[in-house]
Amino acid sequence: MSNDNFQPVLLARQNKPNSHTLASYQADGGYQALAKALKMVNTEVIDVVKASGLRGRGGAGFPTGLKWTFLPKDVKGPIYLCINGDESEPGTFNNRVLIEQDPHQVLEGIVISSFATRTTTAYFYLRYEYGRCYRVLKDAIDEMYDNNLLGKNILGSGYDLDIHLHRGACAYICGEETGLIESLEGKRAWPRIKPPFPAIEGAFRKPTVVNNVETMACIPHIINHGPEWFMSMGIPKDPNNPRDAGSYGPKLYCISGHVNKPGLVELPMGISARDLIEKHAGGVWKGRKAKAVVPGGISMGFMSESELDTPLDFAGPGRVGCLGLGTAAVIVIDDHTSMVDVLYNACRFFAHESCGQCTPCREGTAWSTKILERIRDGRGKLSDIDLLLEISSSIGTIPGTTICGLADGAAWPMKTAINKFRGEFEEYIKSGRKSESRSLAGAH
Amino acid sequence: MSELSTNAKKVIEEHLGRYPSKQAVTLPALHVVQQETGCVSRKAISEIADILELSPAQINDTLSFYGFFRTEEDPLGKKRVWICRSLPCMLRGGEELLAELCERWGIQPGQTTADGEVTLELAECLGACDGAPCMLVDDELTLRVTADDVEKQVRGNK
Ligand SMILES: Cc1cc2nc3c(=O)[nH]c(=O)nc-3n(C[C@H](O)[C@H](O)[C@H](O)COP(=O)(O)O)c2cc1C
Ligand code: SF4
Ligand code: FES
Repeated sequence: MSNDNFQPVLLARQNKPNSHTLASYQADGGYQALAKALKMVNTEVIDVVKASGLRGRGGAGFPTGLKWTFLPKDVKGPIYLCINGDESEPGTFNNRVLIEQDPHQVLEGIVISSFATRTTTAYFYLRYEYGRCYRVLKDAIDEMYDNNLLGKNILGSGYDLDIHLHRGACAYICGEETGLIESLEGKRAWPRIKPPFPAIEGAFRKPTVVNNVETMACIPHIINHGPEWFMSMGIPKDPNNPRDAGSYGPKLYCISGHVNKPGLVELPMGISARDLIEKHAGGVWKGRKAKAVVPGGISMGFMSESELDTPLDFAGPGRVGCLGLGTAAVIVIDDHTSMVDVLYNACRFFAHESCGQCTPCREGTAWSTKILERIRDGRGKLSDIDLLLEISSSIGTIPGTTICGLADGAAWPMKTAINKFRGEFEEYIKSGRKSESRSLAGAH
Repeated sequence: MSELSTNAKKVIEEHLGRYPSKQAVTLPALHVVQQETGCVSRKAISEIADILELSPAQINDTLSFYGFFRTEEDPLGKKRVWICRSLPCMLRGGEELLAELCERWGIQPGQTTADGEVTLELAECLGACDGAPCMLVDDELTLRVTADDVEKQVRGNK
């Protein structure tokens, strides 16, 4: 399918009057997918989702249907579905728009997914900052209870489900799935050591699935239009790589930073960063050029200008040294910006958000920030560059020194900024100049 | 006298039915108390602990993890304004905006203006990078703000 005649799927109802109401959603065919799914056997729903190739949109890209099959088959007690609406990866705002504009699309996906996984209680973990989303969701959930779309015997099917909204408290680490579970349980959001994975032992020590909001929004469309339709969009799996699961379906790309038109764009998976910037974001602002582009939230690291033709599918960013597609949040940095300031900003974010339980992450994020503060203050040494690289290769789940992926997310901006822009760091340190940016040093 | 309001107790009671453990009501309880009183006092902590059948230390452990909650030594002003400083906002002036407000109001992030009206906070990505630089007032986002906009919205003509 060519991108030019692509019709938005997830954003199709954006900006319609009252798009957030049940009446408007149903007038556009809403909840027909649910009615259809409830007539199927739950494992058939899983099979359809599996066949669609849908991969989680929350950052890790894990195949959704496959994740659901990890739940134990013969479990007696409850199974929980946790919806991850903690969305805090810098650059990312698609969940906010999905919820504010079309909450029932997300909620329909949640009911279908709950039915598929035999969940009767779902928790929607929403970051506190999304107050408007909270109120929109609360009203939408009330409408569902009033119309037999939640509660007992949904649409006469015999299936019961409750959805509870749970507000976070401004901590990025609550987006990590086991941090989310701990936080839901009323504890500090310290990610758990895995295994056991949540599918075996998750919320309240029961089998649990954690899925992202955008992942949920895809589900009704897959049920309505079938797996082949979903697979007609995106980048097929590489036949020569048995581990490649492909990049199918429509995707929300968040575009921010130095572009003329920041915003949310929906396209089939696999558009290049260059096309996204030029054709969908009005180009780089002030007639400038891009120097570096983040492909999917700052945890993924940086692409250089010469790498902008990389397709933004699950496999593309990894081929140019980034951590992955992440949340597909594209941040554009123009050629007037110092990469020292940019990297400092990224490191400071992770130092601020590290939960502190693993020494390499806690110390590595704090020290990298301090080293960059020193460089920005004109007191850097050339050896600091290799010190930063050393930190970046020793923290994270990929070297295997930490419990969760936050530390990998801290490492990749360091690795890619230094490997791709080393000359700029050297020149900065040699010149002894100070940063012109007014950020408040030391303010944590 | 009880520190928790009738409403706070009601909200906590309502939440108890939603979770298989009482501890899970910790965040909802802290939220309702802080919203009503601008902080979570020591007495409130121990009353929440009583209802949830926990020790005050367990409530405090959770509370102190989330920089979001304030104790009675450090209560919030009437309004809480968060200015985002993460990369997309920084690229469009978020850091300067925060520094400018600190200067105008004579306070540092985390502090409250002398009249008790506004607490200024730094935020990491607020999830509104399409409208950078942005701010959150209590729990409502405003996109594309200048220092003058912020002053007008949160301080009126003061
Ligand atoms: C530090 C960290 C933060 C994360 N934040 C989020 C988040 O805000 N939202 C989200 O959906 N996933 C986040 N994830 C990924 C989740 O752990 C998990 O993979 C995801 O919610 C699963 O849903 P999905 O399969 O539908 O993508 C984060 C992961 C890490 C390591
Ligand atoms: S890697 Fe960092 S954020 Fe993750 S559990 Fe360890 S200390 Fe916490
Ligand atoms: S960086 Fe400010 S809202 Fe995302």
